[in-house]
Amino acid sequence: MILAVTTVVALAGLWELYRLVWTSAGWTWPFVVNDTSMPHLWTIAKAFSQPAQVNQPSLAWILLQKSLFTAREAAFGFAIGAIVGFAIGLVLVHSRLLQRGFLPYIVMSQTIPILAVAPMVVVWVNPKLPAGFQGWGAVAVIAAYLTFFPVAINSLRGLQSADPRALELMRSYAGGRWHALWKVRVPTSLPYVFAAFKIAATASVVGAIIGELPSGLQSGLGGAIINFNQYYSIEPQELWATNIVAAALGVVFFLIVVAAEKLVVRRAPEHVG
Amino acid sequence: MSTAQQVVEIAGVTKTFAQGNVTALQDIDLELEQGEFVSLIGPSGCGKSTLLRVIGDLVEPTSGRVTINGKPAHQARLDRDYGIVFQDAVLFDWRTVAKNIALPLEMLGWDRAKRKARVDEMIELVELAGFENHHPWQLSGGMQQRVSIARALSFEPALLLMDEPFGALDEMTRERLNLELLSIWQQLRSTVVFVTHSISEAVFLSTRVVVMSPRPGRIAGIVPIDLPYPRTVVTREEPRFFELVTQVRELLRLRGEHLLPEEAAAATGETS
Repeated sequence: MILAVTTVVALAGLWELYRLVWTSAGWTWPFVVNDTSMPHLWTIAKAFSQPAQVNQPSLAWILLQKSLFTAREAAFGFAIGAIVGFAIGLVLVHSRLLQRGFLPYIVMSQTIPILAVAPMVVVWVNPKLPAGFQGWGAVAVIAAYLTFFPVAINSLRGLQSADPRALELMRSYAGGRWHALWKVRVPTSLPYVFAAFKIAATASVVGAIIGELPSGLQSGLGGAIINFNQYYSIEPQELWATNIVAAALGVVFFLIVVAAEKLVVRRAPEHVG
Repeated sequence: MSTAQQVVEIAGVTKTFAQGNVTALQDIDLELEQGEFVSLIGPSGCGKSTLLRVIGDLVEPTSGRVTINGKPAHQARLDRDYGIVFQDAVLFDWRTVAKNIALPLEMLGWDRAKRKARVDEMIELVELAGFENHHPWQLSGGMQQRVSIARALSFEPALLLMDEPFGALDEMTRERLNLELLSIWQQLRSTVVFVTHSISEAVFLSTRVVVMSPRPGRIAGIVPIDLPYPRTVVTREEPRFFELVTQVRELLRLRGEHLLPEEAAAATGETS
């Protein structure tokens, strides 16, 4: 905790120091430092307390609501991606043939930019969704598209990493595939799965924000980013504020996974991390 | 041919691995009676671990047959007629000591109370009282191996298969565990097949030592160990102990591709 606070203070100091040195020396490399390229931290902080547009609540309040909207998309996206990814791992670990057949396509799915996939997902998924899920539901699916991949790859790797003698042991107890899976393979895979969950947690937030762009949704952080982008040259502090909130949301997701891992995974200390 | 007394009967077992065309075992014949402690000893590649796995139906022989308690090895495995211990304890980090020992009991479908009662007994047997709720990484290598032995014996199998169980331990721990194992064996009167690299360990523990030779893996000779039980620390200092150790060592030294099992047996005056 002390470390976290110290780091934040140090980074803030570095930001202002860099500004001070570059502006007073008049250096223009790698970019010109001014209030547009690097607004003062207090300008950004002040922006939170003021409305971005007249007759609106403060930016902090607006961003909180938008981040809750995005968080819901990301949370559902994470859940879908985690379940689908782990299921893919469970299926593939039992068949070398399926691994060879499917893994290349799973890898290929991630080489397609998410922005290119998003419009199709919106068109395909939205009409199928019940009323309460319209709009944001499709974005959750886009977020899931980003999150299932690390989970699938790491789950497969984790499920494969079972000690061969542990599997022999299960055979000696006349245990079948099911026993080997639930008593050995799945528990062995958990540290790998949680490593993937940590990647997926932040990816789900990024996926949700990006997914909002082609969906034309204004209620989330993605909408806010697009909006404040257009006014960056006039009021850069609002985009910076939004970025800070988006980053914080990613950190919250990450910390939830870390907490869940502490509860679920029991491992020798040297294996943790 | 097989009597009620026979726990393990190996008849004409040959195992060739398709990869590399290696003959791991060739024409192995061996019978173990109820309550025997038989060690398999030999250099690396003599197939002693493979033979152990053939007995446990973890590796299928290319030809020949293995009978456990009067039934085929496969059926014996399904009936959980044996417990197995490996060189590494192979404990599950996510389970406590008590839950590691209870693993086979869970698979047998025992209820919680019955499992607890048996686990308590086993903890007592391997002298781990107070460590029930520890996790494996909190135990020394010797203690981990005791948990592994308790797990293998928890469902009271007639046969105990041990694959170099003390090979990774330091000499002092190893000698202490040798004594503990003998005491457990004498309490339970089970039959043990014990794979080892150590001549003195094999002689100290066994009723018979089976010496194997490599390429192809076969039995070079069998040395009956006539040291009286209970064996103690003093046993290792008796002249007869050294004579027997020498006999086994000679058999191991004489092994060679050109040497037939009968010749090796003749060379040491023992019959297989």
